[in-house]
Amino acid sequence: MAATGQVKNPTATMGFAARRASDARSTNLIRIGLLLAIAGSWEALARSGLLFRDVVPSLFSISAAIWKLLGNPAFYANLQVTAWEIFASLAIGSGLGIAVGIILGANRFLGAAFEPYVYYLAPTPRIIFFPVMIMWFGVGIASKIALGALSCFFTVALSTAGGMREVDKVLIRVGRSFRATQWQMATKIYLPAMRAPVLNGIRLGFGTATVTALLAETKLSNQGLGFMIMQIYARFDMPSLYGLLIIVFILAGIGNLILGKVTGTSA
Amino acid sequence: MAKASLSQGRALPMAVGVATIIGAFVLLEMLLRYGVVNKYVVPLPSQVLMSLERIVVEENILSRIRETAYEMIVSCLAVIVLGVPIGAMLYRWRPLRRAVLDWVAATAAAPLVLAFPLFLVMFGRSPTTVIVMSVITGLAPIIIKTTEGLLGVRPVLINVGRSLKMTDAQMFRMILLPAALPTIFSGIRLSWTFVLISVVGIEFLINLGGLGQLINDLAERYDLPGTYAAIGFVILVSVIFFMLLERVEKWLRPAK
Repeated sequence: MAATGQVKNPTATMGFAARRASDARSTNLIRIGLLLAIAGSWEALARSGLLFRDVVPSLFSISAAIWKLLGNPAFYANLQVTAWEIFASLAIGSGLGIAVGIILGANRFLGAAFEPYVYYLAPTPRIIFFPVMIMWFGVGIASKIALGALSCFFTVALSTAGGMREVDKVLIRVGRSFRATQWQMATKIYLPAMRAPVLNGIRLGFGTATVTALLAETKLSNQGLGFMIMQIYARFDMPSLYGLLIIVFILAGIGNLILGKVTGTSA
Repeated sequence: MAKASLSQGRALPMAVGVATIIGAFVLLEMLLRYGVVNKYVVPLPSQVLMSLERIVVEENILSRIRETAYEMIVSCLAVIVLGVPIGAMLYRWRPLRRAVLDWVAATAAAPLVLAFPLFLVMFGRSPTTVIVMSVITGLAPIIIKTTEGLLGVRPVLINVGRSLKMTDAQMFRMILLPAALPTIFSGIRLSWTFVLISVVGIEFLINLGGLGQLINDLAERYDLPGTYAAIGFVILVSVIFFMLLERVEKWLRPAK
């Protein structure tokens, strides 16, 4: 309906397009203005001498530190470790989460019996399980993977169970009226219909797994980006600390963006 | 009648859930006692239960709760005091909202809490570090939900306000804010959840103050039952906190 309306009234469409273009322009201008204002006040504060030296380092020294970090082989070695930890936690946590989610979503009784526990445990602080994970899996990367998996498990399980219950009843009835087998029901009806909530759960799980694995690295480890942050902190090398944090935020943002594109959801 | 049958319908699954969990603990106790699972990795559930009392008596639990509660209260109030006006500002100025709302959403997904070493340098190992970090972590949801709530106010309500020639301040206080309150509160719930995770997490990470430090202390002493009991205690406190928030949210939501 909206499309035909637009065709019938081309001037209105043009006006709308022009307005959108001008909106986009003004949005970009405001963004650039804000960034310049933030950068300017940051630099002014850095040079004012009001704070202790390097608490707010000059943007130039932060940029230099980022450049230096990107040329440092240790950065890539640590990045590889952290990336592997996040990937493994996401694979294990999502796998278990999807399995448990399907069971809880498919069976109303089991859902009512156990889902409240998953629901209320989901937002609790996961990092406090780290001592237990160290006892179970040692001080190496296995304990970080386990903790990351634990944190993304809940998110994925809840969104899978929710997704399963939200599957359109008509689709289920269609499957039944075609006398689809259990396997056919699962692969042809449920899985395609649940794609969006499951993938969205995995994207959210990526966020929690990333935070948890990195925090665990800052607590006790000898490799990974979290470990590198603590090493830099111990040297009080503030420009590098800001630099590495900016790199980590950007990388996490890119990861989130890619998963968002793949899953067709946004932050 | 309907309510009674509903609660009856829920009672059986709930009982099965509780029974399964108790059963799992009993099974674990037996596996540990027969040496199938290593006692030096997983303590006996009965020992964990017993050590709860020890933790309460010996580990200054009251002063620890007070310390965590202080950090929580300050951070929770700060996110409202900062977040709601920022959200209202973004509602009021459309160009600004278009420019920065995506940024705010991006910070909600970013691992901001990782910046805690920065604040350690600025404020030292003090409650200020915990509070500042937690406020930064918890700010995004409340800003987003406040803007969303205000944008979702029904135009008819706004028109009523206009026809009564209300000033901007009256409009905000008497129409916009009450109408948006349920959505704003769901933002508050999300933000406070982030704040709780961050407060306890940072206490644990930097070994400072309240309940988070308790777990760290016990783990460093390799007091196995104590560590498990403390984790259980903190989880219990968090779950009660979330349940209360949820109750308030339901209470605020208008009846349909």
